[in-house]
Amino acid sequence: MFIDDTIAAIATAPGEAGIGIVRISGEKSIELIDKIFVSKQGKKLSEYKPRRITYGYILEPKSDKRIDEVLVSYMKGPNTYTREDIVEINCHGGMIPVKNILELVLRVGARAAEPGEFTKRAFLNGRIDLAQAEAVMDLISAKTEKGFDVALDQLEGSLSKKVSKVRKKLMDMLGHIQVSIDFAEDDVDEVTIDFLCDKRNEVESDIQKLLDTADTGKILREGLSTVIVGKPNVGKSSLLNALVRESRAIVTDVPGTTRDVIEEHLNIKGIPLNLVDTAGIRETEDIVEKIGVQRSKELFNLADLIIVMLDGSKELTEDDKEILSLIGRKKALIIINKTDLTQKINRKDVEKIVGDKKIIKVSLIEEKGLDEIEDTLVEMVYKGEIKAKDSLLVTNVRHKNALERALEAIKDSEKAIKQKLPLDFVEVDIKNTWEALGEITGDTVEEDLLDHIFKNFCIGK
Amino acid sequence: MIRYDAGQYDVIVVGAGHAGCEAALAAARMGHSTIMLTMTLDSIAMLPCNPSIGGTGKGHLVKEIDALGGEMGLNIDKTFIQSRMLNTRKGPAVHSLRTQADKTRYHIEMKKTLENQENLDLVEGEVVDIIVENDTVKGVATRTGSVYYGKTVILATGVYLKSKIFMGEVNYESGPNGLFPAMYLSEKLKAVGCNMRRFKTGTPARVNKDTIDFSKMDIQNGDKDIVPFSFMNENLDIEQEPCWLTRTTEETHKIISDNLHRSAMYGGGIESTGPRYCPSIEDKIVRFSDKPSHQIFIEPEGLETKEMYIQGFSTSLPVEIQVKMLRSVIGLENAKIMRPAYAIEYDCIDPTQLKPSLEIKHINNLFSAGQFNGSSGYEEAAAQGLISGINAVLKIRGEEPFILNRSEAYIGVLIDDLVTKGTNEPYRMMTSRAEYRLVLRQDNADLRLTEKGYNIGLVKEERYKRYLLKKDSIENEIKRLKNTNVSPETANTIIERAGSTSIKAGFSLYELLKRPELTYENIKELDKNRPEILLKDAKTQCEVMIKYEGYIEKQLKQIDQFKKLENKKLSEDLDYDKIDGLRIEARQKLNNIKPVSVGQASRISGVSPADISVLLVYLEQKRRKKKVE
Repeated sequence: MFIDDTIAAIATAPGEAGIGIVRISGEKSIELIDKIFVSKQGKKLSEYKPRRITYGYILEPKSDKRIDEVLVSYMKGPNTYTREDIVEINCHGGMIPVKNILELVLRVGARAAEPGEFTKRAFLNGRIDLAQAEAVMDLISAKTEKGFDVALDQLEGSLSKKVSKVRKKLMDMLGHIQVSIDFAEDDVDEVTIDFLCDKRNEVESDIQKLLDTADTGKILREGLSTVIVGKPNVGKSSLLNALVRESRAIVTDVPGTTRDVIEEHLNIKGIPLNLVDTAGIRETEDIVEKIGVQRSKELFNLADLIIVMLDGSKELTEDDKEILSLIGRKKALIIINKTDLTQKINRKDVEKIVGDKKIIKVSLIEEKGLDEIEDTLVEMVYKGEIKAKDSLLVTNVRHKNALERALEAIKDSEKAIKQKLPLDFVEVDIKNTWEALGEITGDTVEEDLLDHIFKNFCIGK
Repeated sequence: MIRYDAGQYDVIVVGAGHAGCEAALAAARMGHSTIMLTMTLDSIAMLPCNPSIGGTGKGHLVKEIDALGGEMGLNIDKTFIQSRMLNTRKGPAVHSLRTQADKTRYHIEMKKTLENQENLDLVEGEVVDIIVENDTVKGVATRTGSVYYGKTVILATGVYLKSKIFMGEVNYESGPNGLFPAMYLSEKLKAVGCNMRRFKTGTPARVNKDTIDFSKMDIQNGDKDIVPFSFMNENLDIEQEPCWLTRTTEETHKIISDNLHRSAMYGGGIESTGPRYCPSIEDKIVRFSDKPSHQIFIEPEGLETKEMYIQGFSTSLPVEIQVKMLRSVIGLENAKIMRPAYAIEYDCIDPTQLKPSLEIKHINNLFSAGQFNGSSGYEEAAAQGLISGINAVLKIRGEEPFILNRSEAYIGVLIDDLVTKGTNEPYRMMTSRAEYRLVLRQDNADLRLTEKGYNIGLVKEERYKRYLLKKDSIENEIKRLKNTNVSPETANTIIERAGSTSIKAGFSLYELLKRPELTYENIKELDKNRPEILLKDAKTQCEVMIKYEGYIEKQLKQIDQFKKLENKKLSEDLDYDKIDGLRIEARQKLNNIKPVSVGQASRISGVSPADISVLLVYLEQKRRKKKVE
């Protein structure tokens, strides 16, 4: 828990075209931007006057590789929104550039801002009044009250599992070290440097692997798992194609994956979607008939979001009804297509089965209703309650940042071992690794560790 | 019972164990009239379990108690019979001093110190009642009707409250070592709203030295160079007593397994919680059944006795079985038990009812310390005793309480853990509990805390001057090492001899000392102008501070962050139900603990970072509202 370090966040809504803004606030803002920005004239930002817009490039500090061309400005506190030094980086819009820049800013020392944290600081530093502050409270508490939305849960879930495995190894190391420190006289084997080296090498390569996949956008792609079902010729592939067209960051299949469910990764207004079993839609256009109700059930279980497409020009069939009844309490969107034709479907019949699930009428042929579908998707994910629309993206960046810090800490442990520093210094690095990873899984150290020790070591007198 | 007014004191200390002794001495030394009530004067500073002071984490506590002007370090320096520094192959932060104590002399020396202490009365008597009026403690009454009135009362009752001893099927109400239990006070405390719970601990058998075959055991001698506990002692040289190491056998394990049903703990007699780090031998054998043998230490209980402590062999099995078990251990084939092992159950308080000052939240001026607070260990008790004594006095004077935070001392970690997180088992100090371990070393306890002890008035001039001398000499020496440069010509032969790689340009001694293979001693030849008189541990300090600078700096930065939240104070009468945005669980926890700072709040389980944000915003709102008014 920090209260006056330097924070950064994406200030624009994600996925929008045009311009993206990354904002940094805190006493180190200018120091940080100087590490990663160079103007066209080859100068640092701090060499320019404040409140001027400067054109230049964001560079990856180690390689000097250009990340993006940007317009950058800085403002000195206290005459800023947060009353701290603020830097704003205007870059190309879209998920990828802003994400890359935010990642870089975090890597050189900023911390990802919590929802509402800029406003919170503005308040704590005396910039805004009480009434405005009430809104901040709502914002902060919304985050805890609500429990994360589906996409976040999904995203965190899969990464969490992997991270937890690495943390288990670290726990084992910590346990061994701790026992040999705190129970020096007990009958337990002294932890050897070889053991630590082996384990830490393993952990380092595990974290490196996680980061590599994060780098290729894997984490980002692990979005909302979505299935589209419907009868043949109802318009599933039209919908898919339309969504793909709309998607601003198309990511292709993971190469070399051999699984029977093929996924397509889309990004709708900043929300990553995994369309499951798109092959079925593409090739046969009759997912229900081909795979049957049983398979639909399985798919539904996999899915975070179900899109059921119905043909408005036909009456509800038994198949339709069965599929609809399978939805249960899952998040689902019912699309009634072909509003351009004479409507035979009875909306009430659908409602009777699915309750208050959102029903949208569209005509994909006439390209009517696509916006509503997209907006509804966004609304469903965020439920309109989380104001910070970039939570997903930030979560990604945050996780990656945590992984990077974990990697750095585990590398430090190698240095410590090489320098022949005593065991308890090596332990500091291992604990830091563990803690950085804990930011992803949200666990605390101390009790876990003691429980682990007492369970696994025969100690005590 | 006819009660009579037996006198008025500033501070009443109930109990004369390690917590009680430190509490009473601190209060009296700070100039306040103090009485110490104990069930028997013969059990002052008794060591009813292990004949040992210190150990990992615990050794740190003793050093800190000493730096603040407490007594434990001085007393053990007078009475130890063996001293060892543990963990010397590990970093300086986890070096831990452990001594064997002569139990009888430890008691006698402490009793002498108490008897000679100005402002302090020692009185034998069992406290059976506590007088509370208007949520404020007024005094205590003894079993014989004496009523002592006090501005403050410190409860340091150890394991005596409703204590019950278990040996197999046999159990009876008793204190440790056959002393009386205190059967009345517990109920009175419940009546004034204290939430009591029941913990358990145990002690192994004592065996006659003449019946032990030491030739079959490994000897364990003390260190040649003795490091004293107290900063006031530099060189201690005594004839040390050895300890002995032996092992259990398959036969031992068989006897235990066959008789497990007769163990008080496995047979169901005991339901309370014991410490996981002090498992009974039957517990070890059940839980780690693959281990064919466990190590057993034989430790002397003192110079004037033949009783030997059988460490690692605590049990609640019947005495009959204990004899068989013991005799199956290598070297104990003919052992004769002098005192059997037993488990003991006792009442203690849920420490989350305490403030960080160790005052009980709902009863003004009532403090508590030691095992009564759910801790275990002599050192943990003494540390709390000292703090409670100091704070009782500060309360009388109307001054701010003395609270050490987690970045300042193990004592701070200990008390913060107890009052913030509570504990489900008797709490023992461990180095792993301290997040800023690298700066909380036993070698710098004096540097960390002497100033504070001086400000309170517990550290006297002599010690303070000595501290200033040490502090200055370290600072000067580090400066000198930074400014002393050596050339490759003069340095290379010497540092290569020490196993280090040669240098190509001039280096300061400070830089050279950062190399792991170079030490203050082995570069002596390079260092012509080394000051003659430098305290031994000042050298150690320089070396540690130079060698581990990088890690220590990192930790100091973390401490800066930590302090920011620690310095955001929360008022005791804050009603968390009235703060919008806090989750329900957080509200309940916060209302229960009533943290003194946002930092403390952040360590309560069930309070999330978002709740902390809400608290910060709330504090700012309140501050501004006040400003407007």
